Amino acid sequence: MTSVWPVLEPLLPKVQKPARYIGGEDGAKAKLPDPSLVSWCFIYPDTYEIGLPNQGLQILYEIVNERPDARADRSYAPWVDLEALMREHGVPLFSVEHHTPGHEFDVLAFNLSAELTYTNLLNCVDLAGVPVRTADRDRSHPLVMAGGHCTYNPEPLADFLDAVVLGDGEEVVGEITDVLAEVRNDPNLSRTEVLERLAGVEGVYVPSLYDVTYDGPRLGSIAAPGPVAPDEIPKRTVADLADWPYPKEQLVPLTEVVHDRLNVEVFRGCTRGCRFCQAGMITRPVRERPADQVRTMVAEGLRRTGYDEVTLTSLSTADFSDIESVVTGIMDDAEGGGRGTDDAEGGGRGTGDAEGGGAGDAEGDPAAEDGTGDAGCGPVSVSLPSLRVDAFGVGIAAQLQRARRSGLTFAPEAGSWRMRRIINKLIQEEDLYQAVEAAFSEGWIRVKLYFLTGLPSETDEDTLAIAELAKNCVSIGRRHTSRASVTVSVGGFVPKPFTPFQWFGQNTSEELQRKINLLRDATRKMKGVQLKWHDPKATLVEGIVTRGDRRIGPVIEQVWRNGGTFQEWSEHFNLDLWVEAMADHGLSVDDFVYRHRTEDECLPWDHLSAGLHKDFLWQDWQDALAEQGLEDCRWTPCYDCGACTGYGIEHVVASATPPAGGSQGTGQEWRNPPPVSVELSSRRNKQNRESDLEVAQ
Amino acid sequence: MSGPQRERYQLRIRFTEVGKVRFASHRDVARLFERAMRKLRLPVAYSEGFSPRPKLSFGLALSVAHESDAEYLDVELTERPDIDGLPRALTAVLPDGLDVVAVTELGPGTESLQQAITSCTWRIEVLGASPADVTAAVAETLAAAELPLERSRKGKTTIADVRPAILELEVLGPTGTGVELAAHLATKPVSLRPSELVEVLGIDGLEEARVRRTHQWMIIDGVRSEPVRSPDPSMGHELKRAS
Repeated sequence: MTSVWPVLEPLLPKVQKPARYIGGEDGAKAKLPDPSLVSWCFIYPDTYEIGLPNQGLQILYEIVNERPDARADRSYAPWVDLEALMREHGVPLFSVEHHTPGHEFDVLAFNLSAELTYTNLLNCVDLAGVPVRTADRDRSHPLVMAGGHCTYNPEPLADFLDAVVLGDGEEVVGEITDVLAEVRNDPNLSRTEVLERLAGVEGVYVPSLYDVTYDGPRLGSIAAPGPVAPDEIPKRTVADLADWPYPKEQLVPLTEVVHDRLNVEVFRGCTRGCRFCQAGMITRPVRERPADQVRTMVAEGLRRTGYDEVTLTSLSTADFSDIESVVTGIMDDAEGGGRGTDDAEGGGRGTGDAEGGGAGDAEGDPAAEDGTGDAGCGPVSVSLPSLRVDAFGVGIAAQLQRARRSGLTFAPEAGSWRMRRIINKLIQEEDLYQAVEAAFSEGWIRVKLYFLTGLPSETDEDTLAIAELAKNCVSIGRRHTSRASVTVSVGGFVPKPFTPFQWFGQNTSEELQRKINLLRDATRKMKGVQLKWHDPKATLVEGIVTRGDRRIGPVIEQVWRNGGTFQEWSEHFNLDLWVEAMADHGLSVDDFVYRHRTEDECLPWDHLSAGLHKDFLWQDWQDALAEQGLEDCRWTPCYDCGACTGYGIEHVVASATPPAGGSQGTGQEWRNPPPVSVELSSRRNKQNRESDLEVAQ
Repeated sequence: MSGPQRERYQLRIRFTEVGKVRFASHRDVARLFERAMRKLRLPVAYSEGFSPRPKLSFGLALSVAHESDAEYLDVELTERPDIDGLPRALTAVLPDGLDVVAVTELGPGTESLQQAITSCTWRIEVLGASPADVTAAVAETLAAAELPLERSRKGKTTIADVRPAILELEVLGPTGTGVELAAHLATKPVSLRPSELVEVLGIDGLEEARVRRTHQWMIIDGVRSEPVRSPDPSMGHELKRAS
């Protein structure tokens, strides 16, 4: 086992932020390289600052290192400056703990959280000295695996990944390690035989064991020809988070990273059923961490790390069934008090929701308070990732503002009530205003709002409603402070696998830009409103990859070979590389991205399972078009989406008390909305038919 | 307006920065100390006003990749701590390579580090030239009447004569890969940083390798002294001259 440090060290003074490459984090495991141990290298295919805080990776890193027969190191994508020097001086991809070369590990395990990192994955494999294609690897090479949310459609990477792991990794990482421990003692096994053994582990998908057929331009089927690999690969789900209090020692880096605070996961899964949200759909059912375990993990984590900020992460933290008393308890522990009892007012409105776990908050406007806490660890700032407005009430606001407060983000997602019914995010305008009022009245000055544009059946009126909402929020703020401001952050909607919207044809990047321009014009003159938006061209590329099949693999490879790494960084993103690669491979962007898919066609993820029945998703898609909403099933009877019934698991909740106001919270009459006819653009369908004909000829 | 007057206690902490941690930036090191003090529950005072910050102030920044035997920071506390055990306690909760070697309490009205420090001594390893060439360049540099150096900051370029900033300079000898210099460089009124000294020597292709700050100096009663003495008598020959 070698270390590249002697060759690497002289290069570091020549690059930006050399601290990215030295490890040394508080909590890093010092397990020495030892050829008798099964060795994992967990890799986040982006820079250190982005990858280090990833909780999934840290959890698996700890679990593997706890085993006596295995060890785990970590690695991240080197920035372009160091990469150039590495290639020049023959320095391979290395782990940050021991600077072990990537090719000396048994497994390179990538976390896939974003499609635009796929070219980085290829680059990291190549930098490690490993052939990028599975077909070119032999038993001397590490296995290349992937986990994370993108595994719910891994087909574009099928030619490059030996194995894909679906769902929660805590248990399956151990089972895979068991297999690896067995096979390393048997050098006569072929690589295929090793992969077949892995395919026998539940939740592991080995793409090379499946055959793919095409029906003209359409995907025909993905199936396993032999008995070894299962017809359908189910995801893994840990039933009870209480059994997995990880990370026990969150990594505290030497240098600045994103989300640079204590992060404690309070629950997994989400039952709100927002139709655009893949994360919510694929992580069902809900499993809450017990409230006292949350408090303990926070108190011990703050003591150990010296952080003075903690984020309670989940997809919808304000939905956590005991959230106010947990937040109160954390503040009390920190101040050295520990009143312990629930002194939160019952006045919180309804339940909350969030945009993706761990969405970072903006730098906030801290209170002018004297922060000399003594018996506890001092003033602690608690932040919750972006909040659903019908959960954020005066009760939580009052708790959160006790110490230096972080920014507040809400995610209404759609500008008009009609659109919010379609996406099943059933919050009324009044809910937003009440939440914003609570925030400004408790001393916040800046509030951030997340929206999507390009949602199914969206009209310009719906888009412009976003601006109206923002303007009204500023007015509310200005009643409290003349400096009140609202930042509106707009992203283009990308239909995702395993959601009811997975059949919807994505808006073109021109259309998205047009909508953004509408908003720019509308908000330009609005005092206190700042508009930010995600580049629609990047949204287009995400669209190509997220619902692509194996034909996209060569496209990704070509973009990588032409220098297209760090595509998720605006200074490196290059749409031309992607458009050219698609054209060079005879693939139509319209086909993969803009086309509405049909009920009967094979989707590239049909052979995988997130637990949701496909017909449930189709029905929910139809309900969306009819503007029907669907209740949160955590508190109301089950509607048989398949997630729980298929696994024999029920929702695990921390408290029997639903959040104040009940699920969906508003008590508004949404069951019988006035009928509004919704049609998908018939012109687009006609275009699709024409393009079908073109390709078929 | 703040409340009733509170007692304040000022500590000056001397620490080393050696090994891999040298690649962390100055701001990174500041944050590491903030967290270390929180782990020990030291009663650090916070600033008043809109964005309360812990009252730590650092002296001269150390460039990324440079090491040091003599870094300093001042911290204000709301209670008098037990100073004796503090170096060891802090070292235990800091990353490898950041070692607290000494802590002293400051009297009221002590000059800040930024104001007090006038010069630093350095060990500088250079690559890309023979000891003879480096020796010759050193002699030329010391003999020069003036040494103009161009600096640009925020798009503006200035030229300064940095010869007065070179207080002492000698070649110590060859290292495994290069040549080691000892340099005593002023920080005021004219400053010169070790990377700039390497440039000013004027040898084409000369590169800096390991650079270590061995001392920071202030003038007390006309005598060159360190802000906090290291308890380790083996640290550098200059200490004897300072006392």
